[in-house]
Amino acid sequence: MNFPILSSLILLPTIGALFLFFTRSSEKNNNTVKYVALFTSIVNFFLSIYLWALFDQTTSEFQFVEDRIWIDNFINYKVGIDGISILFILLTTFITPLCILSINNSIKNRLSEFLIAVLIMESFMIGVFCSLDLVIFYLFFEAGLIPMFLIIGIWGGARRVYSAFKFFLYTLLGSVLMLVAIISIYWITGTTDVVELYKIGIDVKYQNLLWLAFFSSFAVKTPMWPVHTWLPDAHVEAPTAGSVLLAAILLKMAGYGFIRFSLGLFPDASEVFTPLIYALSVIAIIFTSFIALMQEDMKKLIAYSSVAHMGFVTLGIFTLQQQGIEGSIIQMISHGLVSAALFLCVGVIYDRMHSRLINTYGGIVSIIPKYSVLFMLFTLAALGLPGTSGFVGEFLILMAAFKDNFLVAVIASLGVIIGAAYMLWLYKRVVFGKLINNDLKQMIDLNKSELFILSCLAIPTLFFGFYPDPLINTIEVSISDLIETYNFKLVSKF
Amino acid sequence: MENLQLVFPEIFLSLSIMFLLILGVFKKNSSKLIQNISQLILLVTAIITFNETISISEAKLFSNSVIIDYLSSFMKIITLLAAFLALVISSNYLKIFNIFKIEYPILILSSVLGMMIMISSNDLIVFYMGLELQSLALYVLATFNRDQIKSSEAGLKYFVLSALSSGLLLYGCSLIYGFTGSTNFDVIATQLNTNEYALTFGIVFILVGLAFKISAVPFHMWAPDVYEGSPTSVTLFFTMVPKIAALTVFIRFLYVPFLYLIEQWQMILIFLSIASMLFGAIAAIGQTNLKRLVAYSSIGHVGYALAGLATGTNDGIQSSVIYITIYILMNLGLFSCLLMMKRNNEYYENIEDLSGLSKNHPMLSLSLLIILFSLAGIPPLAGFFAKFYIFKSVLEQSMYFLAIVGLLSTVIAAFYYLRLIKIMYFDKEKEKYDTDHSLWLKFSLTASTILILLYFIFPSQLIDVVSRINII
Repeated sequence: MNFPILSSLILLPTIGALFLFFTRSSEKNNNTVKYVALFTSIVNFFLSIYLWALFDQTTSEFQFVEDRIWIDNFINYKVGIDGISILFILLTTFITPLCILSINNSIKNRLSEFLIAVLIMESFMIGVFCSLDLVIFYLFFEAGLIPMFLIIGIWGGARRVYSAFKFFLYTLLGSVLMLVAIISIYWITGTTDVVELYKIGIDVKYQNLLWLAFFSSFAVKTPMWPVHTWLPDAHVEAPTAGSVLLAAILLKMAGYGFIRFSLGLFPDASEVFTPLIYALSVIAIIFTSFIALMQEDMKKLIAYSSVAHMGFVTLGIFTLQQQGIEGSIIQMISHGLVSAALFLCVGVIYDRMHSRLINTYGGIVSIIPKYSVLFMLFTLAALGLPGTSGFVGEFLILMAAFKDNFLVAVIASLGVIIGAAYMLWLYKRVVFGKLINNDLKQMIDLNKSELFILSCLAIPTLFFGFYPDPLINTIEVSISDLIETYNFKLVSKF
Repeated sequence: MENLQLVFPEIFLSLSIMFLLILGVFKKNSSKLIQNISQLILLVTAIITFNETISISEAKLFSNSVIIDYLSSFMKIITLLAAFLALVISSNYLKIFNIFKIEYPILILSSVLGMMIMISSNDLIVFYMGLELQSLALYVLATFNRDQIKSSEAGLKYFVLSALSSGLLLYGCSLIYGFTGSTNFDVIATQLNTNEYALTFGIVFILVGLAFKISAVPFHMWAPDVYEGSPTSVTLFFTMVPKIAALTVFIRFLYVPFLYLIEQWQMILIFLSIASMLFGAIAAIGQTNLKRLVAYSSIGHVGYALAGLATGTNDGIQSSVIYITIYILMNLGLFSCLLMMKRNNEYYENIEDLSGLSKNHPMLSLSLLIILFSLAGIPPLAGFFAKFYIFKSVLEQSMYFLAIVGLLSTVIAAFYYLRLIKIMYFDKEKEKYDTDHSLWLKFSLTASTILILLYFIFPSQLIDVVSRINII
């Protein structure tokens, strides 16, 4: 019996959370509590690096599979990873320690509860990315709502109650239909094991409805236009660390779900609904980019830009070409890094000035130069400048889109331009220009930990921008195999 | 000669009740003693019933009018345990309200006896006898705090409406007797003539009566008032214990004599289920009193349990039984929390009284958080699995409409559970509550929370136990 490395990855943060739970928190031991959480998440990060090192890139089979009976004759606890999921696990374990590190003074009360929520969240998210059984997947997918609801609701801003409720009910409403679909799949095929389902396939006559049920859940979570409205609210009200988790990891669960389940289980339906996805993606890209252009609130602007970026992701996934899906995954990883960094950047100046409004700022480049440089880097990464990871993803997606549908690709490319416009305009208004607000002069530049966090995010952003090979090598085989089986299943029907 | 050993639990319980009555008359100030003895009796009866389960698979007594099988034993044990816990955790409450009297535990015991007879009934008359025994005891319990107008009103309302529903039920029984010539479930099953539409009327009347007892929409009107007006300890008993017996009778009545008439009653059950789920979820949103809110939430939960019964399969029955078991566990936790909200000998039962609970009582509010999320059916808590099994069996029969409506109403219901969580966690704190709770209260809260939280580790155990229930 091999060492159950995936279960350890899932369980470790929960054990850390349990430890925090039993240490009484007070103002005094806030630091201890933080170190415990940080230690747990860093150990988890190294464990996942070790996992990546052990990972065999030459096969598309699921690796590190653990299969245990959970409910007799019904559901097995089955986890395993392939090239698609491992990157998301790495992203999760990478972002979480940074998230914990970023909590300096922003969260004063109930720090240990906050950290417990973050750690449990990490467990659930890793669980989502490695579960190989639909019910287990659903369990992790939904369970994540509880800690996130609390993070937004307890530590959020002024309208936190509204946002927390909206977040929770929107996602729950989307997900219950997926539960119906999962149980239906069980009755149609007799199993909920994903690997098994890949082999036997699902009868074409059921696929469309099942696809739509899964879609309703993933579309809300992605979020796709027109069900994206919970995201800006949730982002604006959540504390910085919560926004980071939400943008960097939570949104990726849906993109992952599209690749793993929508494409893998329902190829025929995916073919049928590709135009729908294209339309919604293109609308999301153009429409939300314009909305982003008009935002006064920095967090809201970045939230809308997330919707636009996720539009590219869904577009790329449903081009069903090697480059498209690879591009989508790289775009998701890159968006995870960049949006996390952007939210942290907003958090940095929010901690100092307690305002997220763009017109509070202006001309801060001479006051806090280090910050301005890093913010610049992430702005450029967000608009997809060559040399940053944002470019690689967007470029691959657009390339695949051009092959598949010229019109869609042209419109999506226009979205890139609007994206550049709102990001640069944001940067210009915040960092450059005349220094009008005299309060800004008291601002202090990045302290060590902030500098460290942002650099941690900047390095992979640049590195993968110039040299995306490690990412592509990891996912390549799995994706080509996915597309091959996808096309095979389509052809075999005729 | 009948094998009386099989009904030994009932005999033991009846003798104990009589003994306690005599003891209460002859010994002054014996309320504490009687309270303790009756707790013990409930436990002992549960143990006796459990012992019986091991040896007997199925047996019928008294000209087939009483049935002892796995379903009856399982439900009896749950009833007894729930009654036991309801009794032990409420003793502080009873003392504070000066209703710590000898009659209280004795009434509880008699209603439990009635429920046990209901659970074992295989005959309309036996069933009706059990039903009336439990109902009469419950009327008195509802008015037990007789100095309060609300409590008296609750009892009276319950009595009048319940009597009406019993009348309907009896009318249904007489119709069935008229058309089949027997009151015995097994005989009725053989005498069925599907062309007799009047027989369907009989079924409908009995279903109405049963739906009333289990407080399914549209026969739920009494529940919120009675739950709010009765003493909290009685409300706790109401929300947990009678539902088990009523559900068992539902199962027995629909699946033994009338399984072949499933087309006739399936629609009714689907309607009851959908109406209860939706109405329970929507009506609970506007409530400000916690006990009223629990009433509406229990209406909703009954809807889910009925959805399992509407399937007409063994899986459906099993999922309903699982549902009711987990529901009782969650309710036990919920009421333990309610009974802990006490300050200077006064109990608080409004939603605002939860405000900021998490600051003053972190452990209590964490438990309540877990229980509420579980009631809302969010994974990985036990409440999710309860719903999951229900929908699994519902979807097996391709009843998509029922499943989708049910799941949508969980989203609506999630709203009011979230509102409670919001008040506990997001709002400003108030004064602290007392912390000198009895050991049993703490135990029941901790145990139910831990079971709810960790249910997902060993979900098979409960299924294994329940899967031995075979009606069809």
